[in-house]
Amino acid sequence: MDLLVDLFNDYTLRTVALGAALLGISSGALGGFALLRRQSLLGDAISHAALPGIALAFLLTGSKSPLVLVLGAGVVGWFGSVLIAALTRRTPITYDTSLGILLSVFFGFGLVLLTFIQRMPNANQAGLDSFLFGQAAALMQRDIMVIVGIGSVVLLITVLFWKEFKLISFDPDVAQTLGFPVRALEHLLTALLVAAIVIGLQTVGVVLMSAMIIAPAAAARQWTDRLGVMIVLAAIIGAVSGVGGAVSSSLVPNLPTGPIIVVVASIIVLISLLFALRRGFVFRKVREWKSGRALRVDAVLVDLYTLASQHETAGYPHSERVLNVMSTMSGTARRTLKLLETLELARPIDAERWALTSEGEERARRVIDRQFGGRS
Amino acid sequence: MSASIEIQLIAVTVAVACALPGVYLVLRQLAMMSDAISHAILPGIVIAFFLTEDLGSPLLIVGAALAGVLTVALVEVLRKTGLLKEDAAIGIVFPALFSVGVILIARYAGDVHLDVDAVLLGELAFAPFDRLVVGILDIPKSLAVMGVILILNVVFITLFYKELKLATFDKALAASLGFAPAVIHYALMGLVSVTAVGAFDAVGSILVVALMVAPPAAAYMLTDRLRTMLVLSAALGIVSALSGYWMARMLDASIAGSMATMAGVVFGIVLAFAPDRGLVSMARRQSRQRRAFARDMLLIHLYHHEGLPEARRECREGHLQEHLQWDPEFASTAVKTALKQDLMISQEGFLSLTESGRQHAQHALVHI
Repeated sequence: MDLLVDLFNDYTLRTVALGAALLGISSGALGGFALLRRQSLLGDAISHAALPGIALAFLLTGSKSPLVLVLGAGVVGWFGSVLIAALTRRTPITYDTSLGILLSVFFGFGLVLLTFIQRMPNANQAGLDSFLFGQAAALMQRDIMVIVGIGSVVLLITVLFWKEFKLISFDPDVAQTLGFPVRALEHLLTALLVAAIVIGLQTVGVVLMSAMIIAPAAAARQWTDRLGVMIVLAAIIGAVSGVGGAVSSSLVPNLPTGPIIVVVASIIVLISLLFALRRGFVFRKVREWKSGRALRVDAVLVDLYTLASQHETAGYPHSERVLNVMSTMSGTARRTLKLLETLELARPIDAERWALTSEGEERARRVIDRQFGGRS
Repeated sequence: MSASIEIQLIAVTVAVACALPGVYLVLRQLAMMSDAISHAILPGIVIAFFLTEDLGSPLLIVGAALAGVLTVALVEVLRKTGLLKEDAAIGIVFPALFSVGVILIARYAGDVHLDVDAVLLGELAFAPFDRLVVGILDIPKSLAVMGVILILNVVFITLFYKELKLATFDKALAASLGFAPAVIHYALMGLVSVTAVGAFDAVGSILVVALMVAPPAAAYMLTDRLRTMLVLSAALGIVSALSGYWMARMLDASIAGSMATMAGVVFGIVLAFAPDRGLVSMARRQSRQRRAFARDMLLIHLYHHEGLPEARRECREGHLQEHLQWDPEFASTAVKTALKQDLMISQEGFLSLTESGRQHAQHALVHI
C-alpha cells in the first residue's frame, strides 16, 4: 500500500511512471505490427540511427527542448528507415546487412557529432548523452508532454488506419490488388514506428529502446491469434513493464530505469513463452502428453477388442503378453492397462489376463469407427 | 613508436580482425548477430570481472566468449520452439543480457573503471597508455590483444576454409557430407564474440558492428569469389579505419565514431560505383537496354509496314505516339538512336530503313 501512496504522492516517481507507461503503450502497439511484418530488428536500427538526429537538432537550433530533439531524432530515424528499405529493394544487399550498416554507421556518425559538440566552446551540451542509455529519473513534465502528445497522435493514426495496416501486415499482395497504396501505407506505418521509438529514447536510451518494441509484442503474440487483442495486450504489457521498471528502480538504489524496464519486459516474455494458453511451452507439453496417453489407451483397447472379436463374447480375456507383442508403442502394455482399469474400460481377470468391460467395448467400437470411417 | 602510429596500427588490426569473420556473417545473413553478440557479451565481461577482480585478466575474454555463445544458443532455443521468428528471438535475447550487464555494473561495480560508455563507445585515443612490456617489446596492450585475435581469426579461417565455405553456401550438403554445420556455426559465433570483446575496450561495440558488416558488404558488391571477398573486406576495412582516424584528428572527435562513419562512406562509394553491380553501372545498363529495345521495336515497326500502302501514314515519328502509345521522349530517343547508328533515314518526318536497318529488324524479329 505504501508503494501506491508513494506512486500518487511522489512527484518524480509519478512523472517517471506515467512517462514509462505511456511509452510502453505506444511502443507495444506499434511493435505488434513490426513483429508481424518481420521487422523486429528495425526498431534496433532506427533507435541507433536516430542518434545523429539529436545531435544535429542541437547543432542547428542550439536548443535542448525535448520537442526539438525528438523531432530531429524522428527525421533522421525515418530517413534511416527509408535508406534501409531502398538498400534492400534496389541493391543486392540483404535486409539484415542493411540494418547492420545503417545502425552502426549512423550511430558512429552520431558519436562524432556528440564529441564534436562536447569540444565546442561554450556549448551547454550536458544532457545529450542521456539519450544513449536513457535517464528516466530525469524525466520532467515537459518530457511527459512530448511523450503524451506524440504518443496519442501515433495511436490515433493507428486506429484510423487499422484496416489498412492489418491488411498490409498479413497480405501486402492482396492489399496491392485491391488498390491500396501499399508502399505509402508501409512508409506511414514505419514513420509511426519511428515516432514511437524516438519518444522513448530519453527514457530507456538508444541501446535498449529496441527491446521496448519487440518484447511486449512477442509476449502478447503468445496469448492470442487475433490482431486487435494482440495489439491491446502488447500495449498493456508495455505499460506494465514501464511502470514496473520505474517503480522498482525508485525502490532499490543504483538500479538504472531503462535496463530494469527491459528486464521486466523480458521476464513477461519468458512467462508468456512458457505458460501461454494453447501456444505456450508448458501447455503444449501437457497436450502432447495427454494425446500420447489417449493414443496408447485407444491402441490397447482396440487390440483387446480385436482379440476378443474372435471369440463369442467381447469380454473374453487375453494375456498381457499377447498385448505386449501386438503393441506398436514402446514399452509394455502394463501401464496402459492399469490406466484402463482406473478408467473402468478393462479389468484384470487373474494375474495375467485382461478383459474389456462393456464401456471399454463401446469405446473400442467408437475408436474403430473413427479410424476406419465406419467401414468395419 | 609515436602514439599516432600506434593508434593507427591498432585500428588497422581491429579492422582486419573484424572484417574476416564479418564476411561469413554477411554471407549467412547473420549481420545483426554481430550487433547482438557485441552487446550481449557485457554480462560475461562483468561476471568474469567479479570473479577475477582484474580488468586485464584474460578470463574476461573467456567470459565474453561464453556470453556470446550463450546468446547464439538462446536465440536458437527460442527459434526452435517455433513461437518466435529468428529476428524477434535475437531482439529479445540481447537487450535482456545487455540490461543484466548494465544492472550488475550499476549495482555492484559503481566504483571501478568499468562503465557502460566505455564498452559501447570505446576510446581509441587512450589505447597507447595501457602498455604491455615483455622483455624489449613495449607495445600497447590492445595492440597485443587484437594481434593475437587477428592471428586466431586468420588461422581459423585458413584451417577451416573449406568447411566454412560449404556450411555457408550449402548447409544441407555440408550436413549430409558430415561436416557438422552446427559446430561450425557455434565456432564462428565464438570467434565473433572473441573478436568483439577484444575490440570493445579499444573501439567499442558499435564500431565492431560497423567493421564487421560494412566492409564485407562493400566487398560483396565487387566480387563473387569468397577468397577475393575476404581480401577485399580486409582492404576496405583498413581504408575505413585509416581515413576514419584522420577524420577524427581533423574534427577532434571520437575516433571510433569517425571510423564507423568512414566505413559507411566507403560502403556508399562502392555501392554507387562498383563496376558490375553498382548503382551507376546498373542504371546505365538499364537505360542502354531500354534504348536498344526501343530502337529494335521501331525498326520492326518500320519493317512491318515497309512498302505497303499505309507506310506513308505509319512510318512517321509522330505516329509512334498514337499507334505504339510511346511516351514522346521515349519515341524521340528511339528515333535518335536508330538514326545515329545509320539503321534508318528520315526525310521530312518520313522514316525509312537502310539496308543494315532492314537486316537488323529481321534479326531482331527472330531474336526478341
